[in-house]
Amino acid sequence: MGAESSLRSRFERGLAAPICLTWELTYACNLACTHCLSSSGRRDPRELTTAEAKSLIDEIAAMQIFYVNVGGGEPMIRRDFFELIEHAVSRHVGVKFSTNGTRIDKESAKRLAGIDYLDVQISIDGADAATSDRIRGVGSYDAARRAMENLRDANFGRFKISVVMTKESVEQLDDFEALATSYGAELRLTRFRPSGRGVEVWNELHPTLEQNRGLYRWLLERPNVLTGDSFFHLSALGSPLEGLNLCGAGRVVCLIDPVGDVYACPFVIHDEFLAGNVRDAGFAQVWTNSELFRSLREPGNPGACASCGSYDACRGGCMAAKFFTGLEMSDPDPECVFGHGEAALAAKHVSIRPISSPDHSRRIPVTLASR
Amino acid sequence: MSQAIVDAFDASQYWQLSEKVSLRDEEFGALAYHHVNRRLIFLKSRELVDVVRRLGDFESADDAVNSLVAPDQHDRYVTALAALEKSALIRGR
Repeated sequence: MGAESSLRSRFERGLAAPICLTWELTYACNLACTHCLSSSGRRDPRELTTAEAKSLIDEIAAMQIFYVNVGGGEPMIRRDFFELIEHAVSRHVGVKFSTNGTRIDKESAKRLAGIDYLDVQISIDGADAATSDRIRGVGSYDAARRAMENLRDANFGRFKISVVMTKESVEQLDDFEALATSYGAELRLTRFRPSGRGVEVWNELHPTLEQNRGLYRWLLERPNVLTGDSFFHLSALGSPLEGLNLCGAGRVVCLIDPVGDVYACPFVIHDEFLAGNVRDAGFAQVWTNSELFRSLREPGNPGACASCGSYDACRGGCMAAKFFTGLEMSDPDPECVFGHGEAALAAKHVSIRPISSPDHSRRIPVTLASR
Repeated sequence: MSQAIVDAFDASQYWQLSEKVSLRDEEFGALAYHHVNRRLIFLKSRELVDVVRRLGDFESADDAVNSLVAPDQHDRYVTALAALEKSALIRGR
């Protein structure tokens, strides 16, 4: 699905409704992954009620938003989880939900298998327990594998195995592919951003330039591996990767958090990217009228990238990756494939790296593998 | 698009918009999302959107195209429908 440039510029000016949106159902989580993009752990007492969540789904359906990416926290922790996703699919709103798999026992696997228009994405961060558990906590890999087995046994069909690309996991691409094949599952790889708690481990865990080049070549040969359009910064290396290849924040996607706050994208849960709250006058009002979203739909300023011949391919990269590494929006992406981002970071005498404003991390850490 | 895809599409048959697809009007035409194969498809003209929406009202794709678009556009629209069939956006009986 290569979008031609006229269509892409149309998307950059924003659509009347998002193509899809991410909805973090809860900040509660039974794991404490070191790179959690939403700094999850504790439930927020202001979480949307079941009634509020259902009326939000009705509004999403009325706006003809094709699907919602449901996440968290761990979405299955919400007692009304099944009620909400069944409500969504009954309104013809597709659901893709991301889970750590700990709550997918045999019974819930069967229930999930009975729901049409539902995608399940089980997250792991390594192709073996040692690698994955270093990020996600002891026992998390085995729990995810049990969930995969339960989905397979329940004949769920093609679920997805979702992996964030870190310095370690990017070395195991072929193993992930083999694992997905063994379950008849699809593989989904996404970019690691310095968002949420990820800001603290990004320097240590993000892939090197050489690893990103290898990843790009690997993905080019495998158009069936899903990426959620998240590696468009790598398209500067040559042929574009599958997807729209643009930053959709506030233009064709956005994020709704568990308390109804609307942010530009899942990777910028920060006051600076807060557009409004669905409790005030509904979601459509925020999407259409938010000053922040209107400004994101203005033509972008190539800034430092203006003189680079590849700006048209990568569009300057990811807003969230720049923001949380202390770069300006007019700077190159910190993982610019030509090294311009690293140079921009090195040239800063003082770099101030913002941390995500809402932090629901647990104050007493859960058991984590020693690092 | 390859000639093989066009050749494989039988415009003399009945076709209709798949019920697995959500179609949303946009300024440039429409966005279509297939809920099973998860593909997002761009329909880049209002006229094509109209043909796709009303396809099921006609006995065949040829009938639909002949009734809804100018004769010199016939082949272009059949080619577009062939591509949409390939993406499972439209289905037969």
